[in-house]
Amino acid sequence: MAAQSANPSDWDDVRLHVVTGKGGTGKTTVAASLALALAATGKTVLLCEVEGRQGIAQLFDVPPLPYQERRIASGPQDGGDVYALAIDPESALLEYLAMYYRLGRAGKALDRFGVIDFATTVAPGVRDVLLTGKVYEAVNRNRRSKHARHYDAVVLDAPPTGRISQFLNVNNELAGLAKVGPIRTQADTVTTLLRSPRTAVHLVTVLEDMPVQETADGIDELRAAQLPVGGVIVNLVRSNALDDQARDRALSGDLPRELIEADLVAAGVDSSRQVVDGLLSEGREHAERRALEDEQRKRIGKLDAPVYELPRLPDGIDLGGLYELAAELCEQGMA
Amino acid sequence: MSSTARSGRSARVGPLAAKPDRTPVLAVDALLDDPGTHIIVCCGSGGVGKTTTSAALALRAAERGRKVVVLTIDPARRLAQAMGIEALDNVPRPVPGVHERGTGSLDAMMLDMKRTFDEVVESQATPEKAAQILANPFYQALSSSFAGTQEYMAMEKLGQLHRDALRTGRWDLIVVDTPPSRSALDFLDAPERLSSFLDGRFIRLMLAPAKGPARLMTAGFGVVTNALTKILGAHVLRDMQTFVAAFDTLFGGFRARAQKTFELLQAPGTAFLVVAAPEPDALREAAYFVERLNADRMPLAGLVVNRASRVPVGSMSGDQAMAAAERLAGRTDPDGSSTITAGLLRLHAERTRIVARESRLRQRFAAAHPAVPTAVMPALSTDVHDLDGLRLVGELLAS
Repeated sequence: MAAQSANPSDWDDVRLHVVTGKGGTGKTTVAASLALALAATGKTVLLCEVEGRQGIAQLFDVPPLPYQERRIASGPQDGGDVYALAIDPESALLEYLAMYYRLGRAGKALDRFGVIDFATTVAPGVRDVLLTGKVYEAVNRNRRSKHARHYDAVVLDAPPTGRISQFLNVNNELAGLAKVGPIRTQADTVTTLLRSPRTAVHLVTVLEDMPVQETADGIDELRAAQLPVGGVIVNLVRSNALDDQARDRALSGDLPRELIEADLVAAGVDSSRQVVDGLLSEGREHAERRALEDEQRKRIGKLDAPVYELPRLPDGIDLGGLYELAAELCEQGMA
Repeated sequence: MSSTARSGRSARVGPLAAKPDRTPVLAVDALLDDPGTHIIVCCGSGGVGKTTTSAALALRAAERGRKVVVLTIDPARRLAQAMGIEALDNVPRPVPGVHERGTGSLDAMMLDMKRTFDEVVESQATPEKAAQILANPFYQALSSSFAGTQEYMAMEKLGQLHRDALRTGRWDLIVVDTPPSRSALDFLDAPERLSSFLDGRFIRLMLAPAKGPARLMTAGFGVVTNALTKILGAHVLRDMQTFVAAFDTLFGGFRARAQKTFELLQAPGTAFLVVAAPEPDALREAAYFVERLNADRMPLAGLVVNRASRVPVGSMSGDQAMAAAERLAGRTDPDGSSTITAGLLRLHAERTRIVARESRLRQRFAAAHPAVPTAVMPALSTDVHDLDGLRLVGELLAS
């Protein structure tokens, strides 16, 4: 039986989940967790990457992904499945040409003259049209599509926040360049999907000044470009080991030293001066960090987007960790 | 991507058999003080603190007596304000508030990629031709959004600063931050990618109809232009041809400059610092970069590992702390302290685990690259957004 989620999620109408974030915030980890979370509700999900980093293969500990949809995770019994695809612009271009132009000889000539290389690396905007075009194709398949798998949701591990509006705003990028013509038509179709309520652009951040600033700027840019802003996912959140009151006391150097020492004795562990000093200074550092994080949390609260929080896993991210984060996202209503 | 990059990714380079016993320590002050160090390039994947590291090194070098200019790419707003470079004018400005010692000084600038490109065009072409190029839609798109332009222009700017330094003696050390690339290798590949494009058959193809009579075209060319017209539309092709024709005379200059900058990076006065965070992805990128620098015979000074968790004080193990926290949780708590103590013990246990994991990751890197001197920079509990913050980072890097 499919593990259907009892509660409707916040993004039930969304088919395309674009996940962006500043470098180092865990964008790929969050995209993968979201794909798992959606699959956990019984959906068939495609997880795509477009930057040639093979981040998905590394996370799931599978061989490098080809330009081909591969199943990388599935639920117990007949739960959902996660497929993955690494989209590279060269393959997308050749596929596009084969699909629309049946370019046999010309296709080879294009390659010989360095045109493929040119179109995918140098020509401004074309690369992004090709990458988003392939995503569009995967989203737009329906149950009647022949020879192609239908997906209930597509999750895109997208370029970082600093480049996301440019990446998604393919129309604009081409504007000065191609005012008419087939590539322009393709860009227009893709833009229609990206601006529709079937798309949500989620932003991953951590509770630090610069990533939060970038998230705020990114949201402004997305809104200006009429691209639908999804949720803000706060990643790597520190634990709540000390409550508010205890953190206040730690900040003012007011933790009950003698009582803590007595507790350590009672618990039967080392209660030497050095240990107590260490615990107290770790407590203060934690409280300082948390105070800064709370400021950032307030800024995030003002961004007018649903917020989800994922914990920092002390042992890092492995497959088990991904499942754990996916469960968090389900619980918080993201999937 | 160039063939070097491809082959760089295909085989790992390392000692093949090594134990991660002793990592040599990166002597930051010795590097900064060495009058033979003229260029320091900070590279690494996005989000590892390259900008802060390069600014901190530049400040420290200046306060130790070097005449420094730092080229930053995308600093946090408050840091840019603190350094007096929030105005994007593509010119180095003195940083206010530097404790100058002797001849030391610090200038800073933020890279404006489009303006750098425009300036190159203006310096290479006649005014009429430059105006024609700058107005071309294809040039405008290329100069503001080509994925490699930022990397290329950072290199270009570095070359300019170096020439200025030689000519005027205003600086004896240039510190460069690199763009937040998809991968750290982009920085090294961009110039080659751009010049191979400028050199390539595609350009000759574009030039043919603009330069000479159409009858010179080969059959293959006809097929290609037809296909391009179909895909891009005829006027895009026209714009590209105009651009290429106008740019034609500049290509040689661009290639020569890219080649020069590449040679500059290989020169003994250059020091590459690979910056990483103690995370698998960042260290993997760092490893690729180290291997690539070796392959291209570029001088690697060392690895900076930022944001390392601080080693907990005391000898209590994580397991002991966790067990003690459990025991306290089951206790009646008349004075309310045992919740706090249990919390502190949990924090300690968590930190022990994080530190153990990070040091495992660093050791793996060290086993693969035992000769790379390393500086470990502890995570700060506050953000760096002023000169005092940068000074602290510099001190920690050097200690």
